[in-house]
Amino acid sequence: MFEPVILKNINIPDSFKLSAYINSGGYQALKKALEMTPDALIQMVKDSGLRGRGGAGFSTGLKWSFIPKDATLQKYLCCNADEGEPGTFKDRAIIEYDPHQLVEGMIIASYAIGADTSYIYIRGEFAFGADRLEAAIKEAYQKNYLGKNILGTKFNHDMYVHRGAGAYICGEETALLESIEGRRALPRIKPPFPAHVGLFGKPTVINNVETLACIPHIINKGASWFASIGPAKSPGPKLFGISGSVNKPGLYELPMGTPLREIIYTHAGGMKPGKKLKAVVPGGVSAPMLTENDLDTPMDFDSLAAKGTMLGSGAVVVIDDSMCIVKAALITHEFFHHESCGKCTPCREGLDWIVKVMRRIEHGQGKEGDIELLQKLCVDIFGRTFCPLGDGAVMALRGAFNNFREEFEYHIKNKRCMVNGNR
Amino acid sequence: MLSEAAVNEIKDIRKRYATARSCIMPCLYVVQKEYGYITEDGMREIAKILGVKPVLVFEVSTFYTMYNKKPVGRYHVQVCTNISCSIMDGEHIVDVISRKLGVKVKETTPDKKFTLSTVECLGSCGTAPMMQINDKYYENLNDTKVEEILNSLR
Repeated sequence: MFEPVILKNINIPDSFKLSAYINSGGYQALKKALEMTPDALIQMVKDSGLRGRGGAGFSTGLKWSFIPKDATLQKYLCCNADEGEPGTFKDRAIIEYDPHQLVEGMIIASYAIGADTSYIYIRGEFAFGADRLEAAIKEAYQKNYLGKNILGTKFNHDMYVHRGAGAYICGEETALLESIEGRRALPRIKPPFPAHVGLFGKPTVINNVETLACIPHIINKGASWFASIGPAKSPGPKLFGISGSVNKPGLYELPMGTPLREIIYTHAGGMKPGKKLKAVVPGGVSAPMLTENDLDTPMDFDSLAAKGTMLGSGAVVVIDDSMCIVKAALITHEFFHHESCGKCTPCREGLDWIVKVMRRIEHGQGKEGDIELLQKLCVDIFGRTFCPLGDGAVMALRGAFNNFREEFEYHIKNKRCMVNGNR
Repeated sequence: MLSEAAVNEIKDIRKRYATARSCIMPCLYVVQKEYGYITEDGMREIAKILGVKPVLVFEVSTFYTMYNKKPVGRYHVQVCTNISCSIMDGEHIVDVISRKLGVKVKETTPDKKFTLSTVECLGSCGTAPMMQINDKYYENLNDTKVEEILNSLR
């Protein structure tokens, strides 16, 4: 049995309070980190092999190392807590039940990159989580884990919570920065990358909640401990959120690289009675769906990329045989359409068109050539936008076509659903 | 006019950010709490206190969906119909609430008590189907549970 690391405190009474966190060894990593040089810390995180848990899987240590060393420059750390990829509910657990783990990780990360200010960008709907974070930050100030001359050192740091207000696009790092600056969250073109021109034009690191929550453990237990869990190229503990037609949906912490089959059948209790597995979205809805044939795929960045999909946020959505894939795809694309920020024409207009065509297919008014039209629209969107939202929508649709094209064809030809009879 | 408490809250917010513009989002929440939704006057008041052009406040309020540009009921019932909730029949939950309240999606009950909306993923997929009423999450819903929750708010 894998002993949870990130979720180890989650069932302790009052786990969200400072006293509970300290009893479990909390803030020891901060003390150790402050005795190290920032460069040594960055090297340690690089050596651990930690890759960003928000979805892109970029080396965290490397990202930190891109920040200019010039001590006269103001720098920022932003925590991306805009958890919004459908199927994902992992960061919320950390925020609500172990906020100090995140706060400690953020203070250490800020020390490593030389940031005197950090912001936690939390999605607006997580009002409860925002309150928990505010309370945790207040406790941390009282103990001088935050504020001036932290624990007797020369390091000063202030931390703030910034609430979003219902925009998926803010999970994209440059849109998130725009949003903290008080603007409409339209992504910026890269380069320049945030490491050079970020929040308020200053060098900025943006890390996901789960990524930052790993930091105290790496400091406490060592880089080689972390690197020894799971596959060598994408190591560490990983949170998997399982939802859909399984007996025990929920959040599971397992070694990176755990096979999808084990996650669904051993941990999540298998399929609900009478339901058969039809498709699995392995990493939030932007990740192309897999089928029964792919269940032995290890759940890590590289193995899923090799399958033409992605680990994303580790959000596993299990779809059973009573669900029509045309409907599932329509729900997904209504979402992307709704959340497109409107900046780039291919995404704004393309998704509008895609949704119109998909609605008519779903409602029995599809025309011959509609599938080809959708495929053409995918070509016109993919890789032609500032941010990956449009790409995610295209990948999701291509995934549905690759495995379930016959359901779309049936809808168009027979004007009804292949799965649900007359609908 | 914003109450003195609200004006003070806005002044407190101003201390947390390097620029006045960054305060617009938290200030819009203050206005929404004060008036129940985002009024034009409220946005002008924010602009005046922060010393920014009103258009900068307007453009932010219209981008983000959680700022209600129209009045909503005292209880804003928001049901998730994204993929994980849909697999668990979130649409049925919408129907149950719609029948119980006698309103369709996007409508408000005549007594202004409830507004029903469908929303995109709220990050509660392991406990689907779910809904949010004002700031509170209600998870693992079924007919009875929905009935009880709505009755408790009547």
